[in-house]
Amino acid sequence: MATSTSVPAQAGTEAPVRTPGGRRWGRLVGRQPIGFLFAAPYVLFILAVFAYPLGFALWMSFHDFFFSAPGVAVERPFVGLDNYVTVLGDPDVQRSFRNIVVFLLINVPLTVALSLVLATALNGAIRFRTFFRISFYVPYVTASVAVVAVWLYLFNTRGLVNEVLGGFAPDPSWLVNSTLAMPVIAIYVTWKQLGFFILLYLAALQNVPKETYEAAAVDGATKVQTFWSVTVPSVRPATTLVVLLATITGANLFTEPYLLTGGGGPDGASASPVLVMYQRGIEQGNPDVAAAIGVVLVVGVLVISFVNRYLLERD
Amino acid sequence: MAGPTTLPTASAVAPAPRARPRRGPGRTSWPRMVLLALGALLFLFPFYYMLVGSFTAEPDPSLGGLFPSPDELTLANYRDIDGSVDLLQTLVNSGIFTGGVILATVVFGILVGYALAQLEFRGRGAVFGLMLLVQVVPFQLLIIPLYVLIVRDYGLADSYLGMILPFAINSTAVFVFRQYFLQLPRDLFDAARIDGAGELRILRSIAIPLVRPALLTAVLLTFIGPWNEFLWPFLVTKEQDMQPLAVSLANYITNVSARATNPFGAIFAGACVLAAPAVALFIAGQRYFVSNDIGSGVKG
Repeated sequence: MATSTSVPAQAGTEAPVRTPGGRRWGRLVGRQPIGFLFAAPYVLFILAVFAYPLGFALWMSFHDFFFSAPGVAVERPFVGLDNYVTVLGDPDVQRSFRNIVVFLLINVPLTVALSLVLATALNGAIRFRTFFRISFYVPYVTASVAVVAVWLYLFNTRGLVNEVLGGFAPDPSWLVNSTLAMPVIAIYVTWKQLGFFILLYLAALQNVPKETYEAAAVDGATKVQTFWSVTVPSVRPATTLVVLLATITGANLFTEPYLLTGGGGPDGASASPVLVMYQRGIEQGNPDVAAAIGVVLVVGVLVISFVNRYLLERD
Repeated sequence: MAGPTTLPTASAVAPAPRARPRRGPGRTSWPRMVLLALGALLFLFPFYYMLVGSFTAEPDPSLGGLFPSPDELTLANYRDIDGSVDLLQTLVNSGIFTGGVILATVVFGILVGYALAQLEFRGRGAVFGLMLLVQVVPFQLLIIPLYVLIVRDYGLADSYLGMILPFAINSTAVFVFRQYFLQLPRDLFDAARIDGAGELRILRSIAIPLVRPALLTAVLLTFIGPWNEFLWPFLVTKEQDMQPLAVSLANYITNVSARATNPFGAIFAGACVLAAPAVALFIAGQRYFVSNDIGSGVKG
């Protein structure tokens, strides 16, 4: 979405300001070189907070890195793939990656389906539109820490959900059940993020030409038929983006297993890779191993994204 | 976060009550209305539950707990949570953290957004590409190296600067600024340049006044980042009186709550205090998402 609006060719527009002999100079630095000065703080920020740490993470994952007092020179020998061997052989890490796959298999399809249906329903001139828009968006703007508390209470052993279910309540209850803990987290995150994806689809739906719908109506298509044969194919680029963003958000999962299931419980059944990264890196003081988990995670996300893109943009 | 990139576009089209040929705004079909109402109920219910729970003395997880009688309502939970978390101090910390990020984002974001949209300089394409790239780098990968650098090497643990630094300039807001500045006609700026105005002057007296809505959009979407952030300030702050509310509340949930008389009541009270500013700000700012009638700046 962001890329589709990319830089319009501004080089072609002529600026009336001409400094004597400025042509060659202008070609070298541009017509308004002060622009670089304007962009400099941001560029420095990106280099310091994104580019350098990114390189540092990679470097760390190939070295024996440990916390030391600042300013003390310590040897950090190159260890090749040792950290990666540790990571890939660690059952906790393996389990967290399996968990996140379960998470994504539930979260991503649910997110796409629900946000597209609700965005379609919300699209057009309808009553209470602003109210609906706000209510869909409220969970997204609220801190996860705040709403997690309600979900904890709702899915408690003696919470409202089990109260309503009566005899059908699962035993052990949702968040302490090793099969159900991860699905509950996946549904929680779907619920929390849905408003953002609805907005994304709403923007895409505005760009679907009205004529397509009119043509479908002339042909006597039902609403459901129109949805499947007009809406769904028309917003396919947005779907690719939704899948990508939902995957990235899911891969970054930390707060929810940390709070909802008390640190990835029961017994690691809902631990996410970032949670294990935190435990290994900061709690247990192995930042090199943690960095390697991060690299493996990002590589995994990239692979999933490419596969998704291939599947979604085929034909 | 690659997230709210599309916000301005999504909102730009919001309510314009375009009369449809056959079905006006007054006659929305029933299945659609039921679907939307069901959605709204699912989204809003936990918030209602949170609010009600924060005012009831005894935890009542049964259905009856949904509708407490008015004389059961109490402020005791708010006193409880304030007793163990110091709401004022943590709110101030959240405010400084968020305010610092918003300030840096607005000042530096406007500068780079304007440069990307209206100035021609060498490396502009590279800066633009960088901005897009940053939005897909998962922040969590950077957590460990940033922790080593900021907390260990620079010794910025338990400081506002350490909290603010990784979030200082929100790339999505930069993108929003660029999009808005891009909509301004170039002639406007060329005319000012002929009159001899410097770029900073042009930015201050022409460009910024014309993109007021962009400022609000950027502030809103920048706000929810640091205000709601948990992991980073959780790593940076160990001293209780430096923690933002989200961190103290999370610590309360994991550690202290077992000792309170009505732990969930107190947690809900804290959750309400944490949620209220974001929700209120978004509802108040809702209508600013709509106005982007920027072309009038030249026509008028």
